[in-house]
Amino acid sequence: MSKKPTHLFEKTWRAHRVCELPGGQTQLFIGTHLVHEVTSPQAFAMLRELDLPVRFPGRTFATADHIMPTDSQARPLADPLAETMLSELERNCLEFGVTFFGAESGHQGIVHVIGPELGLTVPGSTIACGDSHTSTHGAFGTIALGIGTSQVRDVLATQTLAMASLKVRRIEVTGALGPGVYAKDVILAIIRELGVNGGVGYAYEYAGEVIEAMDMEQRMTLCNMSIEGGARCGYVNPDATTIEYLRGRQFSPQGEAFERAAAQWLAAASDPGAEYDDVVRMDGSQIEPSVTWGIHPGHNIGIGGRVPTVADASDEERAGVEEALEYMDLDPGAPIAGTPVDVAFIGSCTNGRISDLREAARVAKTGTVHEGIRALVVPGSQDVARQAIAEGLDEVFRQAGFDWREPGCSMCLAMNPDKLIGREICASSSNRNFKGRQGSPAGRTLLMSPAMVAAAALAGRVVDVREVL
Amino acid sequence: MSSSELTTIEAVSGTACVLRGDDVDTDRIIPARFMKDITFDAMGNHLFEDARKAAKGNHPLDDERFFGSEILVVGKNFGCGSSREHAPQSLMRFGFRAFIGQSFADIFAGNCCSLGLVCITLDEADAESLRESIELDPEQTISIDVAAQTVTCRSGVMRGSIPEGTRNRLLEGHWNATSLLMDAGKKIEETASSLGYVSGY
Ligand code: SF4
Repeated sequence: MSKKPTHLFEKTWRAHRVCELPGGQTQLFIGTHLVHEVTSPQAFAMLRELDLPVRFPGRTFATADHIMPTDSQARPLADPLAETMLSELERNCLEFGVTFFGAESGHQGIVHVIGPELGLTVPGSTIACGDSHTSTHGAFGTIALGIGTSQVRDVLATQTLAMASLKVRRIEVTGALGPGVYAKDVILAIIRELGVNGGVGYAYEYAGEVIEAMDMEQRMTLCNMSIEGGARCGYVNPDATTIEYLRGRQFSPQGEAFERAAAQWLAAASDPGAEYDDVVRMDGSQIEPSVTWGIHPGHNIGIGGRVPTVADASDEERAGVEEALEYMDLDPGAPIAGTPVDVAFIGSCTNGRISDLREAARVAKTGTVHEGIRALVVPGSQDVARQAIAEGLDEVFRQAGFDWREPGCSMCLAMNPDKLIGREICASSSNRNFKGRQGSPAGRTLLMSPAMVAAAALAGRVVDVREVL
Repeated sequence: MSSSELTTIEAVSGTACVLRGDDVDTDRIIPARFMKDITFDAMGNHLFEDARKAAKGNHPLDDERFFGSEILVVGKNFGCGSSREHAPQSLMRFGFRAFIGQSFADIFAGNCCSLGLVCITLDEADAESLRESIELDPEQTISIDVAAQTVTCRSGVMRGSIPEGTRNRLLEGHWNATSLLMDAGKKIEETASSLGYVSGY
């Protein structure tokens, strides 16, 4: 029987379809449900009200990340609100039989860092989490969906979601990246090109030589920010790189079962000749290290570029550019390189993994943090931290004058004590430069790769990391 | 949760507030520091808190002509950013039951549907004339008809769009999806057992 070639999204969707719902949505089985402390307490409370159990407790995994302080995680947490949220999560996990990776487990960390690390994220699966950056898990060839709390309730109660299918846009990045150019720069360039709402209604399939050459951590950075381009999720087709990453992980099958699994995983990849709703091509060799200048991730330029002027903006963008320039208070028309910064933040589910820390440490080795700059490194998980310490990276950072912290989301959204103050400008390896995102209602964020953040920390201003490496 | 408890949502009508601007993200709707809570009860108190402070009384939510509005008229890509349901929860608890704009971020729109809040899109020209009409006459009643996908204001009826799946869930009262999803019963376990990573390789 010859089958029509199809893409990973369609295959995975079909395999997880429980039934069609009246009204045209699909009831989709969610293979892995990840839970954290901010978006789950209300959902567990609704479950209690309905007197329902967690339907698949064995497929539900929790950790605490958003509110975790990064100086001391000793209990009780210093902030009583944070302590309440953490205790509530522990209570819910205990009561409903959900596995909880707390600090004592040795595997606590940002939910999108620990899922892959533990081998919970596998090709051809569906993952949901009450967090928009669930798209990260698409790096493995997964339909990975960020959901709201009512949907967290639905998944807890039924392990399924009511979802309309998505269109698929294949984004091919050809050629090779230059030195000092990372996955972060690729995704920023894609969002610049397609816009922050260009992906609404779509899943993005990332492909092409540049993507194939990326390791899994780079692919995670790329998929992480799919949501910033408006796409509901993004994925990379599984290949040998994916399989090797998964070999030997805590939740990966062992021995012959692993080989059987690997065959299934590879079969989930898009078939040659599959049809897409849209195809976009970009030349990877043209991508520069990128930096945001405005108030959403689409407001970014290459390091050689200039802050736009209102006059440069298209009619459609003008109001947004005006608002961004006013908030950021950067000189329109000035080169972005040279912009002074006050704070440097290396971490988050976008760029808080071991390879990110290695790249940043390479830069940190070349100097010391500029006077007056607050610089912090927050590993994405306890596993990342252990590995970094084993490699001596924590010492490299400390010697250069960075603060080495405990794992968590930290200054990515500042629900913990790590915050910008007043109008501080932060060079940040995170994913959102929204107004007020980093904890101060007037704080300003410049998104860039972790190596670029480290370079900015040393120079006290935005610089081209290629001049340092 | 028997079907007799289903609440259908066929229309929303009331006065409307106009919030100009595109790409209004969920961090702006409810800044993250107010999410340090285990219930949604207090979310309405902090709606657009930082934006309102920065506007020093000039934010539309603080414009008394718009007080008591049940409909919020927005621009493009409203609700982008985080998946936090805290955003629609804070809008709902503040008193909004429907949103009219040119486009909505996917997750935000899904969250709204789960809460029985209506998101309807209009094309650029209609959205703009609606905004102007409301700014001129904020006391007029705006009505949204879910089945007909229309918005009616003083100057006439505009054709809008609500995706079919969402529309039907609102009209049939399945916007809270849990009971509908529970109906699949054993079919859920059957799907699970067909998947290697769930049932074993
Ligand atoms: S690191 Fe930032 S984006 Fe990632 S899960 Fe935490 S808060 Fe969200």
